[in-house]
Amino acid sequence: MRLEEIRRILNCEVLSGDEDLEQEVVAGCGADLMSDVLAFATPGSVLLTGLTNVQAVRTADVADIKAIVFVRGKLPDREAIELARIKGIPLLATRLTMFEACGRLWAAGLRGQPEQEQPQNAGSVRLHTTV
Amino acid sequence: MPGASVFTQQFEVRGRDFANAGRASTAIKEILKEIGIPPATVRRAAIAAYEAEMNVVLYARKGTVELQVSPREIRLLVRDEGDGIPDIELAMQEGYSTASEEIREMGFGAGMGLPNIRKNADQFRIESVVGQGTELDIRIRL
Repeated sequence: MRLEEIRRILNCEVLSGDEDLEQEVVAGCGADLMSDVLAFATPGSVLLTGLTNVQAVRTADVADIKAIVFVRGKLPDREAIELARIKGIPLLATRLTMFEACGRLWAAGLRGQPEQEQPQNAGSVRLHTTV
Repeated sequence: MPGASVFTQQFEVRGRDFANAGRASTAIKEILKEIGIPPATVRRAAIAAYEAEMNVVLYARKGTVELQVSPREIRLLVRDEGDGIPDIELAMQEGYSTASEEIREMGFGAGMGLPNIRKNADQFRIESVVGQGTELDIRIRL
């Protein structure tokens, strides 16, 4: 999915990297815990987060995250924007909550992993309940 | 001689220096990319370095991250002066953390740091002396 499409779907303000919105992201990741991003995000993903400090951008850089969308109307500090410019990571901001933003992108076809890497039989797990 | 280093660089890391936290790891990532290491391997090394560097920033007084690259492997030696880890087995469990609220607000302290390092390393050794500090030896094969 192109970043421009994500901007439109989430009605984002573009904080930096306006010129890079034609880039494609291969998957999405929603997290406020940076270790979760490091452990679970697919390289080339867009990261949705409520964490607005410079560590969000450093984590994105380390984990090969392509762009960041800050959710629930939170805006990053100056340091974070500056580092994102240097590292070439576009920053967007939406007023939507994490749940709403992730849901809209999923509904538009974005997944947590690229389509061909989806685990087999995902979604067919049965839960057994003992009464 | 197997594992002879062709490249070594050491980075200083200061405890509680949140503004610069992660700089050593992003520099290491740049170096590995420039050397021509495959991107997936660069990413593993960068993630391991970053988790280790953040541990120094979050929990220790000061420390160093040393990058060694040989034709066979990337080695990260992370040494800190700090309180040390009393129970390493417990600290290696996913979700176990002694982080303060301040650390958690920064997006860290979820108890995934050491498990993430182990996951990205081919060999991982950790030694700690309570009241003195901790040493990590992380190796990633090339």
